[in-house]
Amino acid sequence: MEESKYAIELVDIDKRFGPVYANNKVCLKVETGSVHGIIGENGAGKSTLMSILYGFYKADSGNIKVFGNKLQFNDSHQAIKSGIGMVHQHFMLVDNFTVIENVILGSEGGSLLHEGLKSARDELTRLGKEYGLKVDLDATIESLSVGSQQRVEILKALYKGAKILILDEPTGVLTPQETQDLFRIFTALKKEGVTIILITHKLHEIISITDNVSVMRGGKMVAHRQTSKTNREDLAELMVGRKVLLQVSKDEKIRGEVLLKVSNLSVRDSNNIDRLNDISFEIHAGEIVGIAGVSGNGQSTLLKVLSGITPVSSGTIEILGHKMDADNLIYPDQLRELGLAHVPEDRQRMGLIGNFTASETSIIGYHNDKRINDKLILNNSKVRENCKNLMSDFDVRPGNPDLRSDNFSGGNQQKLIVAREFERDPKILLIGQPTRGVDIGAIEFIHKRIIALRDSGRAVLLVSVELEEIMSISDRIVVLCDGQVSGRIDSKDADEKTLGMMMANVFSKEDNLEALSG
Amino acid sequence: MDRNSRINWINRLILPALNVLSAFTATAIIFILIDVDPIEATQILLYGAFGYQEGFGYTLYYATNFIFTGLAVAVAFHAGLFNIGGEGQAYIGGLGTAIVILLLDPNTSPWIFIPGSIIGGLLFGALWALIPAYLQAYRGSHIVITTIMFNFLASSLMVYLLVNVLRETGQMQPESQLFSENSWLPFIHNIVAKFGFSLEESPLNVSIFIALLFSLLIWIFIWHTRWGYAIRATGLNSTAAIYAGIKPKRIIILSMCISGSLAGLVGINELVGYQHRLIMDFHFGYGFGGIAVALMGRNHPIGIIIAALLFGVLYQGGAELAFELSNISRDIVVVMQALIILFCGALQYMYSPWIIRTFAPIEKEDS
Repeated sequence: MEESKYAIELVDIDKRFGPVYANNKVCLKVETGSVHGIIGENGAGKSTLMSILYGFYKADSGNIKVFGNKLQFNDSHQAIKSGIGMVHQHFMLVDNFTVIENVILGSEGGSLLHEGLKSARDELTRLGKEYGLKVDLDATIESLSVGSQQRVEILKALYKGAKILILDEPTGVLTPQETQDLFRIFTALKKEGVTIILITHKLHEIISITDNVSVMRGGKMVAHRQTSKTNREDLAELMVGRKVLLQVSKDEKIRGEVLLKVSNLSVRDSNNIDRLNDISFEIHAGEIVGIAGVSGNGQSTLLKVLSGITPVSSGTIEILGHKMDADNLIYPDQLRELGLAHVPEDRQRMGLIGNFTASETSIIGYHNDKRINDKLILNNSKVRENCKNLMSDFDVRPGNPDLRSDNFSGGNQQKLIVAREFERDPKILLIGQPTRGVDIGAIEFIHKRIIALRDSGRAVLLVSVELEEIMSISDRIVVLCDGQVSGRIDSKDADEKTLGMMMANVFSKEDNLEALSG
Repeated sequence: MDRNSRINWINRLILPALNVLSAFTATAIIFILIDVDPIEATQILLYGAFGYQEGFGYTLYYATNFIFTGLAVAVAFHAGLFNIGGEGQAYIGGLGTAIVILLLDPNTSPWIFIPGSIIGGLLFGALWALIPAYLQAYRGSHIVITTIMFNFLASSLMVYLLVNVLRETGQMQPESQLFSENSWLPFIHNIVAKFGFSLEESPLNVSIFIALLFSLLIWIFIWHTRWGYAIRATGLNSTAAIYAGIKPKRIIILSMCISGSLAGLVGINELVGYQHRLIMDFHFGYGFGGIAVALMGRNHPIGIIIAALLFGVLYQGGAELAFELSNISRDIVVVMQALIILFCGALQYMYSPWIIRTFAPIEKEDS
């Protein structure tokens, strides 16, 4: 029968969170014994889909079949029993337990640990040998590297009898060396008939390791491809998608002095992984520089470090004549005083405070401003009056400054934040995903305001995953891939294909991961 | 009324009222179990708290303490911190108050004594909260653990000081010497007498006005200053606060010091207002009671004043109950308090899903 050919079949999976579809009529077939990639940008619905498969979420409708057998929704236990194992992006391990204690967690086998530990040790040694999963069984988790911890997660799944392994962004926390090791393990697992589902937004991983690939965008499955019959550019285009072209009229402008200069900037996170690696660029007055890239390639870190939220690891940033480096931190409030405004990518978590009224949200970052403070007292009626003006200026609806911020729709929240950041006529504007989840009318409005700011001689850094947006309003485009600059281009020379290839880092000379596919 | 304002009203008014009602129902059941007529008990309790001038005086006197500790818990709560250390901060604050009074010359003017003793209480209470705050901000220990441990430290320290350092020579009691009469805060019955009215004597003193003044100041501070804004922003969404350039470590220090200083004012009411010397355990129960008061009062000064009054009623009415009924001891107050804390604190949102579903259902959206 056809059915036995597929390890997993998902048919018409629907899942809504409030009014938003996280998954919309999603279908997926995964062949037994293959490595199947699911690719898409952050928020495309990949993780939701896998959580439904694993029984964390209950789908609103649709069918799941595992090895031809229908699976109940919302039951992790049944998912495990039918042979699905999941390795989460953030590991589910007890830090001060040993490897073996972690592995038997949930399947201890009796009230005394002794027996369970003994049989587990034999089984784990066998599994380790078979799949090349080398790890010290008696080491505590906290003493292991991130790569080894991930191996423990894989062991744990295999020990519980997993025949299908789901890995959610497994390489996000790994060094390139560890990534190579992981892919070697995949090959060994595949040989033993284990089916692997790899969720990622990194194109080169898909090309180098998978047999088939499915592309998700905006909660929908947009394409299925055989990896050997596709390429990065094709996938990049499918992921990003084509949108209605929004033409924005824009005059040529002579650019002025350099307002923001980034030299050899690197940022490492707490796991010592490079989030940004040796970035250099500058922005002149009267210029919009767009940062393009598949999301998760360092754009968020770039915004955070430029706005003073994340410290610099090495290199320098010169903002309006002030120098910021590893030893000289300038805090966000000081940067604002210098004339830097920041519209954050994540408006819900960073840009506003849901419990605050609109008028309170309208002064986030500016609550120390002398214009709204008397000596001791914050002049709430002035703040309210200001907010009212901002709301009518930027067409925020409903125009009620006393309404709680989280009662506004996403687009109106964004307009409120944009209004706040534009109000004090900043010299430099950092703006992330300005039009994500915003309706067409508002998009045009926000774009016009950004261009007006540029025309008045300000510098703008625009981060967006919408290529159309980047191409239509930027003057120059810098492309990021894996935290590095993978391309620079004038926007008048840019088209989707070139940008897509830059985003996939096709032009890079030493692409060491390419070697893995062979 | 739209759904959001309805939910607001449910959260602000209906839920707290329902929770208190539940606590009273549970108390009534306990009364029945120990063969006490709940209606008679309620009558005695209310009479004790409101029925005669002395009783009402005591009620307000107790409420004063709860206003101070309730405000203390609320300020920390706005910064997202759970200050369990009101008990210790009140105790040490009282020490600060006593030290100022005992060090000053007994003939000093009341106009120096009174602000001095208040500043002493504020300062020492803040100091006792500063150490846990520092440990949380810069050393990663948890404020709940450290503040609760500091309660025990405060207890031991005060026993040592009262027995070995502050005890009056030749006395057996672990108490300080009597404060100079110039430092005493006037009793309300004495003030009223000056205007030709007469009230029964009670410990009620002008501290209650100090408590009301601080309620007003805290209301202004939290909702009408940039520092209060920063505190609330941090408590509600620390990511956004960092984005705004607010430094969460400084907010921890600032809010805990204010919190501790407010708790430190319990000594003003208890020691300067009534006892007129530093005694042992004058703070007992008010620090913890303050948590329930703040929870019930939704961390808003007006709510706190109302909740503090309720706790004052329980304290004073409960004492009356124990006095009137032979099969009830004073511990019944503790039981009633515990039930209120249980229903208003731990089970705060127990009725919430049900009430919201009934009175503010989600409006059908067309898709």
